[in-house]
Formats: sequence, structure tokens, C-alpha cells
Amino acid sequence: MSAAVKAKPQSRLLLSGNDAIARGVWEAGAKVAAAYPGTPSTEILESLSQYPDLYAEWSVNEKVALEVAIGGSMSGARSFCAMKHVGLNVASDAFMTITVAGVVGGLVIAVADDVGMSSSQNEQDSRFWGRFGHVPLLEPADSQEAYEMAKYAFELSEAYNTPVILRLTTRVCHVKAVVQVGERAAHDITGFKSDARRWVMTPANAKGRLPDQIAREGKLQALAEVSPLNVLEPGSDRRVGFVTSGPAYMHVRESFPDAPVLKLGFSYPVPMALVEKLAAQVDHLVVAEETEPLLEHDIKAAGLLTIHGKDLLPRLGELTPNVLIPAIKTFLGEPIPPTSTYPKFDPFPRPPTMCAACPHMGVYYSLARMRKKVQISGDIGCYTLGAGHPWNALDTTISMGASMGIALGMDKARSEETKDKAVVAVIGDSTFLHMGMQGMLDIVYNRGNVTTLILDNRTTGMTGGQNHAGTGKGLKGDDAPRVDFVKLVEALGVAPERIRKIDPYQLPVVFKTIKQEIETPGPSVIITDRPCVLSEFYHKIEPYRVVDEDCTGCGNCINVGCPAITVKRSESKLRPDGKTNELKFTTIDTAMCTGCHMCVESCGPKAIVLAKPVAVAE
Amino acid sequence: MNDVITNILVCGTGGQGVMTAAEILAQTAITKGFDCKKSEVAGMAQRGGVVTSHVRFGKRVWSPVITPGTADILVAFEVAEGSRWADMLRPGGIAMVNTIRLVPPVVSMGLFKYPDDPVAQMRAAGVTVYDFDAGAIARELGDLKLVNTIMLGAIADFLPFPATELEEQIVGRFRERKPAMVEVNQKAFEAGRAAARARASADQQLAANS
Repeated sequence: MSAAVKAKPQSRLLLSGNDAIARGVWEAGAKVAAAYPGTPSTEILESLSQYPDLYAEWSVNEKVALEVAIGGSMSGARSFCAMKHVGLNVASDAFMTITVAGVVGGLVIAVADDVGMSSSQNEQDSRFWGRFGHVPLLEPADSQEAYEMAKYAFELSEAYNTPVILRLTTRVCHVKAVVQVGERAAHDITGFKSDARRWVMTPANAKGRLPDQIAREGKLQALAEVSPLNVLEPGSDRRVGFVTSGPAYMHVRESFPDAPVLKLGFSYPVPMALVEKLAAQVDHLVVAEETEPLLEHDIKAAGLLTIHGKDLLPRLGELTPNVLIPAIKTFLGEPIPPTSTYPKFDPFPRPPTMCAACPHMGVYYSLARMRKKVQISGDIGCYTLGAGHPWNALDTTISMGASMGIALGMDKARSEETKDKAVVAVIGDSTFLHMGMQGMLDIVYNRGNVTTLILDNRTTGMTGGQNHAGTGKGLKGDDAPRVDFVKLVEALGVAPERIRKIDPYQLPVVFKTIKQEIETPGPSVIITDRPCVLSEFYHKIEPYRVVDEDCTGCGNCINVGCPAITVKRSESKLRPDGKTNELKFTTIDTAMCTGCHMCVESCGPKAIVLAKPVAVAE
Repeated sequence: MNDVITNILVCGTGGQGVMTAAEILAQTAITKGFDCKKSEVAGMAQRGGVVTSHVRFGKRVWSPVITPGTADILVAFEVAEGSRWADMLRPGGIAMVNTIRLVPPVVSMGLFKYPDDPVAQMRAAGVTVYDFDAGAIARELGDLKLVNTIMLGAIADFLPFPATELEEQIVGRFRERKPAMVEVNQKAFEAGRAAARARASADQQLAANS
């Protein structure tokens, strides 16, 4: 449990930005909160769900999460939703109209950008949405600010009748820093009141509200000029002054402690008078923003054409001190201070691997065996790792749920060379429910020749094991209705005899089933049914070991990809035909092995046996 | 309190307890009234990848990340990971290294080579390294999970607060939840301290003899 949940008012705690936001949202009196997991935002809702007197849910996707929050707000409840940057793309349809309709209970949307790309498919800058939707945007720089701004965002939302974006980055979400918390305020739900002109966004009604939206933006700009969240900090070294926001502010302060800085916590609309005030004090004004030049463009558009920004600083990644200092020193014509005294050793990579006994390995082992005959359209989740060694059995990853639509497009666009290849889509249970179902329906409706593998491991794996509509559990671990994937895909129109449910640990069955389905025309679905090894549903059984005398060094078991299997000894052997075989003799880490027996099935000479009676501890 | 910031980089691989160790250091720092930030990019790390955690504390901490070349202490839970992050150390900083070698599949399959002696590499480059087998000490004490406490004990005499404060932070966690583990953690902490001291005097001996 987050330490913040039980914390008494005024206590001082070490909190992650995500935990701090949850506390702020709760203290603001929010009553409805929804999210779909996504790094680095996931822990906000996990934390929030532990507080009393607040409804919190995992929604099936970010659009639904925002819609739930909108419904809450319309009903007069302070409402909140959280998502990662790409989640707001999914939610954008609802977002772009609620910005027109406005709010009753404060509506706050926390969106977390993965600046530096630790766990995402792109590095987009969510600050665009403030400009696109004409809504205010708050940017905390650390946990304390995240807590305070989360709280204030609800007031701002209600006062200006607008949703508010709380823009986070990984360095806010996942950094722990000291936070002093406060008390919860009461905000009773007023209840929904019918008002078609307000909530039924037909062209006539929406048209009437558009001028208000533009007028609101003007009022917000005036507010940003005087907001205590925007601070002009004086400095003694006036050669360069910085306009900055979010964690970039912390890096600027670290790097140039004597420089004047305009720190924007309320960063859209841009308080242009404050910017001009700073510009008048310094020789050069530099905008340090992560990641796109948005402030820079707004400031230039307002007529300050001589400012600097992305001409000096990178447009990608974090603006940490080791990036800022050389860039600004070079600009000033000063020598760049030396950084590291010691060399950088780059021993070897440690790419992420699948876990020992991960059920996904059985599928990729089989797909790798028929690699030349299939095009494999992948999706977003742990199974994206199927693109890596030793499987190399994934051709595409674009966006959540994209595997099936892309597979259908591939099926409809065949060349002479690819006309006989099978097209396979691979997607996980949570991702299928998030945005995959529509792609499946499209395959059926448009008579695609696609075999879809739904890897049901009963969890949202990559984000750390969250529940969803297919796990039978809710956000708090409470019992919930569980979707039946077989019935679901049947309802979408897949022929019952083309829906196969298999155990991914049974390698021969997996191989045979995939082969049968790809060789038969028409849409088909193979559902694998084994829980994630990190989930509560997984039970470890007896571990295995390799009998050295029986191991022939064929290396088949390595191709399963289990991290518990490693090469003990390699040997080159001359064959009668003059070629050499590279033999790899293996060993199994019995402490890591959970007894899934996939490697046993891959082993021709039957050299893998139960580890007992050999002692497990080593 | 002066303006000096202490920078500690803890590194290792997923599942080794890097983040817990960093958390304990950070908690001790705020108990002492320091401002503190702790930062890690874990993401996919739980799947066997590289894990680092940056702990910074002092009167006022701005950036949550340690700038390369400014770490006072590098705590490496795995020896090659120690060499991977050695360039983060400031001149005169120290590397406290657990000598365990965790070989990833890409190495065992022969795609990459694990360096023969990462500690020797670091020393050759002038890094002050205290290396010892924390796993062996933990096994002797009967629980591999004690590596965490041993490593913290090893750096306890290099911190700007008394070793007892750090020890209390660790032991306090067990006192409430697992009182049976209190004594063995105290032993592990002291064993870590002793191991670092032994390494230091061995190095001095070596230097004196050469």
C-alpha cells in the first residue's frame, strides 16, 4: 500500500509523483477515477484505488476511462482519469468534444509522456493537446508539485468550465521526492441534470459553445500571467535566461544555478507578458522544454523572434544537465567542463527477456519453426519481445490493437512473392479487449485470411500485472464478471470450428494447431490459455534439470527462449560432409525453473528430467 | 547543513533488490532532514534487464538524476553492472561491488562476451573498487535475500550520517513485519561493513607493498 494512503495531514513523506497525484486527487474530493494501465502512469490509479470514498476502475481503454470521468463530471462529481501519452490518442475523440461542452464537477486528465522512451512505441509531446483542445495545461516538476497541482486542477476546471490536463513525464511519475500532504476536502455529488443544449453536442448546440471555448482561452491566458504556478526567478548571471517547465526546470536549476528562470507550472496558455519581462532582463533567452518546441513556437509567434530553443537543444529525450551544460556553454563560447574521469565500459547488453515459463514462449517457438511461411503482425505487450532473440518471430508493432487491422491489410496487399504466405496476428488478452475487438470484427466482415493468436495470460503483463475485463477481478482485486473469449470471438462472427483453445505449454499441439489454421482459408482464432507466471493464478511445479550424459548439444531447448536455460559449454564438431556443427550443451537453473516443461518437449534425446532428487538449493 | 549533495548510484539487474536498497537510503536521508530525490527508469527492467536507481540528497536537490562523473558512491549488485556504470563516479568516488556474475542469455548463447575481470578493468582505469562476494556472506547467514542488507552495510561508513541510522532504517522495517529477521539483518549489516573494511585494508597493504 502507498504510504500516502494512511498519511496524516501535514506529514512529510517520500512519494513518487504517481502516489503524490493520487493523494492530491483524493484530497481534492474526487469521487470518480478511471484509467487503463500504461507506463509511466499505471500506479496513479493503483494508488488511488486504496483511498476510501472514491469510485476507481480499470477501464477497457483510455477512451472509455475518459468517458467514465466525463459522466462523473456531468453528474457533478469531481472526476479524474489517467493515461500514458499514447492513451490520449485513443481518448482524443471524447476529449476534443468535452473541451467544447465543459464540466460540472472538476474534470482532470493526467497524461504521462515517456520522455526518454523507457517503455513506449513513440515519444510524443502531450502538451499539444492543450493547444488543440483549447484547455489549460499544468506541468509539475516534482512530487510536491504533482500533489499540489492535482489538487488545484479541480478548482481551475470548475472555475473556468473546462477539463484540465495535468501533463506528466517519467521523471515526475517515477521519481520519489519529499511531499507534505494535507487534508481531504468535501465535494458532494450534485447529480446529473438534463440540459440538451449543454450535453447533446449536435452541430447546432456545439456551434453555440465554440465562441465560449475561444473566449475561455483568452481568460485562461490572463490567469496564467498572474498564476502563482508561473514564477520568474531572478538570477545574477544574466547572459542566458531560461523559459522552462516540468522536470526540465529541475535540470536547468541544477545546471545553471545563477541564471534567471521563468518556471512555467501553468504552461498553456503561455503567459507572454512574463516571457517578455524575462527577455528584457537577459542577453539571450533560451526555451528548455521536453520535447517539442511548443513554447518556443508560441513565443516566436508572439513576436520574440530572437529567442533560442531547439536550435541549441535536442528535440528528443530528456534535457538532463549533461545535455544542457555542453549545449549552453558552446553557445556562450565557453569551454565545456569535463564530465567523466573514468571510461565508459560497455560490457554487453542485457535486453529484457521473457520470464522463465512464460506461456508466450511456446507460441513464438512454434512460429519461429514456420517463420518462412508466415507474416506475423504483432501488438503491444510482453509478447512484443517475440521480435527478439531467439525467436525473431514478429514483423510489426505499431499501436494498441493494431495487429489485426494490419494483418488484414497485409492479407489484401499480396505480391507474387508473398501470395502464398500465411498472415498471423498476435495479441494479448488485455490488448484484445482494449482495441483489438474492432480489428477482429473487420477481419470477419471483410473475409480476411488471417489467423489471430490471442495470448490469454489473464493479466495486463507488461505494466506489472493489472486486472482487466478478462481476468475475473476488478481494480481492487474484487470479483468481477469475466469475459469469455471463445464466446466473444464467436459473437464477432468467427466460425465455431475455427476457434481453437489450446495450452501453450504443449508445444506439439501449438505447432499443429497453428499449422492447421493457417493452411485453411478464412478467419480463425487460436486462444492460448495459461496464466502469466507473475500472476496470482500461476502455480509453480517441480523444476527440471539437464542430464549431461544425455545432452547431445543440439540446442533445441535454447530456442524455447527460457532465461532459466543457459549454455554451459560450446563445441564445434566436424560432420562427415566436411561442414561443422556448433554444439551447445545446456544447463537449467533449477532455482528459476518452474516446471512448465516446454523445454522437455523440445528435447529429442530426452535429456531433460525432473530435478529431484537433486537438491533444489544451490 | 552545508550545500553538498550526496549522489549514490545503485545498479544491478531486475529482481536483485536495487530499488529497495535505494529506497532505504532515501528514507534514511529524509529522516535526517535532508531533501532527497530517488529516480529510476525501470520500465521493462523486471524482465531481466539493467536496473539503476539514482539517490540524491542534501539541503536542496534539483535534478533527480546524477550527472555522469558526479556520483560519490556506486553500489553494484552485480560485477559487470559495476563496470557498466563506473563512468558515473566522480574522481575519488568509490565503487562497492558484489562480485557475483549474472550471465544473461545473450552471453551464454555466445552472441556477446562477459568480461573476464570487470573489477580489474575498473581498477586499471583508476577507479577505487571495494569488491567482495556478498552472496557468499548471505549464504553463510542462511538467506540470499540478505545481499541487500550486506551491500548497504558495506557503504555505511562512507555516508554523511552514522552507520547506525542506516541500520535502524533497515532493521526497523523488519521489527514490525518480520521480527525473526531482525537479528540476522543486523548481522548481515555488520558483515557488510566488515567486508568493506577488510577490502580497504587489503588494498592499503597492497599499495604499501608495491
